[in-house]
Amino acid sequence: MSSALKEMTRSEPVTFDLTAEPLRNLSIALHALIPQTNQTSWQILNPRGQHALAVGVTVPVTIQIDGHVGYYCAGMNDGAVITIEGNAGPGVAENMMSGIVHVKGDASQAAGATAHGGLLIIDGNASARCGISMKGIDIVVKGSVGHMSAFMAQSGNLVILGDTGEALGDSLYEARIFCAGTPASLGADCEEKPMTPNDKVILVDLLQRAGAQAEADDFKLYGSARTLYHFHVDNAGAY
Amino acid sequence: MCGIAGLFLKNRALEPELGAMTAAMLEVLTDRGPDSAGFAIYGEGTAGFMKFTLRAPVGFDFPALAHELQVAVTLRDDHAVIQIPVAREAEVRRHLTASYPMVAVVASGTRMELFKGVGLPALVSKRFGLAGMSGSHAIAHTRMATESAVTTQGAHPFSTGPDQCLVHNGSLSNHNDIRRTLIRENMSFETQNDTEVAAGFLSWKLREGVKLDAALTAALDTLDGFYTFVVGTESGFGVLRDPVACKPAVMAETDDYVAFGSEYRALVDLPGISKAKLFEPEPAKVYFWERAA
Repeated sequence: MSSALKEMTRSEPVTFDLTAEPLRNLSIALHALIPQTNQTSWQILNPRGQHALAVGVTVPVTIQIDGHVGYYCAGMNDGAVITIEGNAGPGVAENMMSGIVHVKGDASQAAGATAHGGLLIIDGNASARCGISMKGIDIVVKGSVGHMSAFMAQSGNLVILGDTGEALGDSLYEARIFCAGTPASLGADCEEKPMTPNDKVILVDLLQRAGAQAEADDFKLYGSARTLYHFHVDNAGAY
Repeated sequence: MCGIAGLFLKNRALEPELGAMTAAMLEVLTDRGPDSAGFAIYGEGTAGFMKFTLRAPVGFDFPALAHELQVAVTLRDDHAVIQIPVAREAEVRRHLTASYPMVAVVASGTRMELFKGVGLPALVSKRFGLAGMSGSHAIAHTRMATESAVTTQGAHPFSTGPDQCLVHNGSLSNHNDIRRTLIRENMSFETQNDTEVAAGFLSWKLREGVKLDAALTAALDTLDGFYTFVVGTESGFGVLRDPVACKPAVMAETDDYVAFGSEYRALVDLPGISKAKLFEPEPAKVYFWERAA
């Protein structure tokens, strides 16, 4: 492409003010984007805690949201880089497939729930059930997480620089949990594991990609003891 | 679902704005509870007097009742607030029970007034003129009914003691058992509603001389189910979430106020919110603010 043509087609960031236009218009605009779009940079003003912002984006654009958001922000994200300059309500980046979601403040319950891929970065704390049933997403929380985090987590990595609430990794499958702080307690079938060189490479990479100031050596690894995978007659009374 | 909005002012200069701020918060939470709504507001009290908030069927002649009782009355739709000398409390209650069975004493206390009704929150708040009210703290609720019918009696807040009220998001599973226990302790209940039992439990504890924070701690051991409670007393404002923290809660604190919202959306227009300390109350932790008399 000639530089003149490049100049002609270069797009300015699209600014969308949610006090001036309804959220539905934003969703329609984001869903209409084609993968080759020139409108690659979006800025969303005045979210005022609204729900379901920037949900279901399937193109590799960057979206910056200036303020606190409500439920399910960036849900089902598939390829976009979405930054929230504030706190996120329940279910941020739930069911993400790929891309990056970066919460500059705190996240509420069920951050990254059931997500299959991508990277979720939370600069503050996440509350209960962070990474519940995660299926491949990587989550880095620079603060602490609440109770029942990584409940039934199947695959992917949850990195926690702070502490955790009760029952970390309850009924865990094959997700890895790296924690630099202290878990209040481990859930059923979750145990501390030796960190292999392979695990450490994964951790170092995630810390770097999340811009987290932490030493990999300060972390412990938690994973599944795999005693709940198959029915055992001694557990019959527990069902 | 259900929605809760609570506002506790630290800065007395904001007191004339309390009703307007609470009404705005309440309306935002309509989509969490469009069935019915209500609020309790703590305004000025008069030494030696107490307020009764009364409710009666539409058309009831409250001014005539006030004239008969020789007390001051403020009319608010199908509710009315009468102010009576403390010494006449028992006499007035007896008279109302005997002569006006259609009049319900919704709440009583030195400062608290309590209004609730069926319908969209904005309409309920307008009917009672919430936006024009002033006070030190207020608790408001939008209801999506689960445990009992959509009626005025089933709307929140519930009050089971002087200047005490409670609103609830969630549902309790052992309320029938606790209600039976409390009835034996001489507490009385107007409905089959689970939240009324929680309010009754706290009132019972307070009646036994326990402080509100200790009463809330006792609730953690006794009440089974899921709940976010916001409670009010004459001078205080408390918040409690169940240990599993099923129901959402966001709090904002500045030098001027402490605010509670089921969602951040309810807090977004409060003054100075961009600089407020925002946090989610921890599960099973008692939060309590009180102002000096």
